[in-house]
Amino acid sequence: MLLTVRNISKAFSGFEIKDVSFDVQQGWYFVLLGASGVGKSLLLEIIAGLTRPDAGQISLNGKDITNEKIQKRKIGMVFQNNTLFPHMTVYDNIAYPLRSGYTKSQISKRVAQLAEDFGVTDLLNRKSQMLSGGESQRVSLARTVASKPDCLLLDEPICSLDATSRPQIRSLLRRINANGQTIIHVTHDYTEAVSLGTHIAVMERGIIAQAGKVEDIFQHPKSEFIARFIGIRNFFKGHLEKSHHQSGLKQFRTSSLDFSVLTDRLASNGFVCIRSEDVTIRNLDSMAKPTSARNNFEGTIVDIVRAGPGIEVIVDIDTDKSKLINKANSTPLEVAALISNESVKTLNLHCGKKVIVSFKASAVKYVEE
Amino acid sequence: MKAATSNRKYEPLSLLFAALGGVVLLFIIAPLISMFLNCSLPELAETAKDQEVRNSIWLTLWTSMAATALFAIAAIPFSYLLARKDFPLKGLISGIIDVPIVIPHPVAGIALLCVVSRGTFLGQMADKMGFSFVGSSVGIMLAMAFVSIPFLVNSARDGFAAVPVRLEKAALSLGASPLRVFFTISVPLASRSIVSGLILMWARGMSEFGAVLIIAYHPMITPVLIHERLGAFGLKYARPVAVLFVSICLIFFIILRLLVRGKDAAHR
Repeated sequence: MLLTVRNISKAFSGFEIKDVSFDVQQGWYFVLLGASGVGKSLLLEIIAGLTRPDAGQISLNGKDITNEKIQKRKIGMVFQNNTLFPHMTVYDNIAYPLRSGYTKSQISKRVAQLAEDFGVTDLLNRKSQMLSGGESQRVSLARTVASKPDCLLLDEPICSLDATSRPQIRSLLRRINANGQTIIHVTHDYTEAVSLGTHIAVMERGIIAQAGKVEDIFQHPKSEFIARFIGIRNFFKGHLEKSHHQSGLKQFRTSSLDFSVLTDRLASNGFVCIRSEDVTIRNLDSMAKPTSARNNFEGTIVDIVRAGPGIEVIVDIDTDKSKLINKANSTPLEVAALISNESVKTLNLHCGKKVIVSFKASAVKYVEE
Repeated sequence: MKAATSNRKYEPLSLLFAALGGVVLLFIIAPLISMFLNCSLPELAETAKDQEVRNSIWLTLWTSMAATALFAIAAIPFSYLLARKDFPLKGLISGIIDVPIVIPHPVAGIALLCVVSRGTFLGQMADKMGFSFVGSSVGIMLAMAFVSIPFLVNSARDGFAAVPVRLEKAALSLGASPLRVFFTISVPLASRSIVSGLILMWARGMSEFGAVLIIAYHPMITPVLIHERLGAFGLKYARPVAVLFVSICLIFFIILRLLVRGKDAAHR
């Protein structure tokens, strides 16, 4: 185990984190997902040593670092706000962690390499105040990676950036992680969690509500809070097929089902998300009626639960009768639909009833892995 | 209507305030200008050749600079501590720093004399090492530093307080030692306030009269020389020395200010 966080607590007036524990293994991309103000950033600061916990223990590589000095922790942190040193050039910023134990030529070689990896070679002689948000973030990442941390902490590294630099930073983060760098990433945006994380911990009011692999969390949220927070009840992993027509309509293939997806993404592995609000339920006798929804599946109602103002109906799609891909591998595939109480009555829905679930190809959100 | 009135370029209230400002400016400038105008060039040239005047100006310049430089070594780290850390009696200590500004300067000289005159422990120590605080350039530096050090400490403290803590923490998390963070992050980012504090301390030390007079009448710094010439020979003989001294001080002051400004521009 690379990083072990055990029973960490810290209280400020009117704000606290309680008894937080989790483990991160070498090479993981661990996303701490939660609304703002739940204590995610505080938790990162405690791991980095910027804030002392009231109780609990943190170990890195089996060594207790709870009371270790910040500069001795081997934990690098990229802050939410720009922390580039304003009086230095980009070069000097990236070289900052390299000053001791390196010769001048080793430093310039290493900085050049990092600058190339992070796409900031053209910026090396600029003052760090003259950079755009995306450029600053890349330089911050390069500088922190230069310090060769055992664990890299990122505090909302993407949300403050403009839309054009977000994909660049995402792909950069993926590359860093692919090189074996363990990352803990704090965010409130579930699409970031899905597209980057290998593992997710959902934070709720100062505690970790659920932690696990990305698919587990999204498909089986433990509490209503998590389900509501991540906002996505229907979450499936699979592969986006190459399109044969010119339109954006593509096929997304999971181990047991095919979805129609409207996306301009190219063929790749990824996830699809369908908000339960976008899923409609019809009785079987209406199957013949034409509809603009591309995805129509027959299934059996397995659960009807109250969810906020409406009713959530869980339908187990009968993979034998729907567009079947792989019989041997068929697993129960549940789709949640959020509908009104009135609809439940009108359609006379009850557990065990066979119905049709439909959603439009445009309601399916594809997120690249 | 109201909006139109306040948008007018020359509002009556602003005009009144500007007039009051003019009085203040005139109050500062008029005596200086009159002093310069009443001093003829030949007079000035002759004074500039006077060895006693030259020696005193040189002495004043170097003692005030040396006092500033020496005490800065202790005062700047101390200012950082005041800006960053909380400790018991911090309020009292901050108050003590301001005491030299409040007390009359001859009193400051007398207080200093009480710890460095020949009869005291420090005085005897100095005697054994072959020098004396009283009536020496070392004594002059002490008197200058005593009255001027609050300007450096206060300015540097404000400068350090304005450095974002997260930049220092970021530097620490990159593996830098606290000492390295102090020298490479805190001091450069507070440099503007530190330099402006150094200039203030130096200028205040250079213009000191009361405290220096008590601890060292001789060797004579320029303010003491001016005082002596005024007492012994009258205004006519004191004025050219004053004009020469003020001119040199202003030149130094302006050059330093410009240097600091240039450095700031390079930072941007």
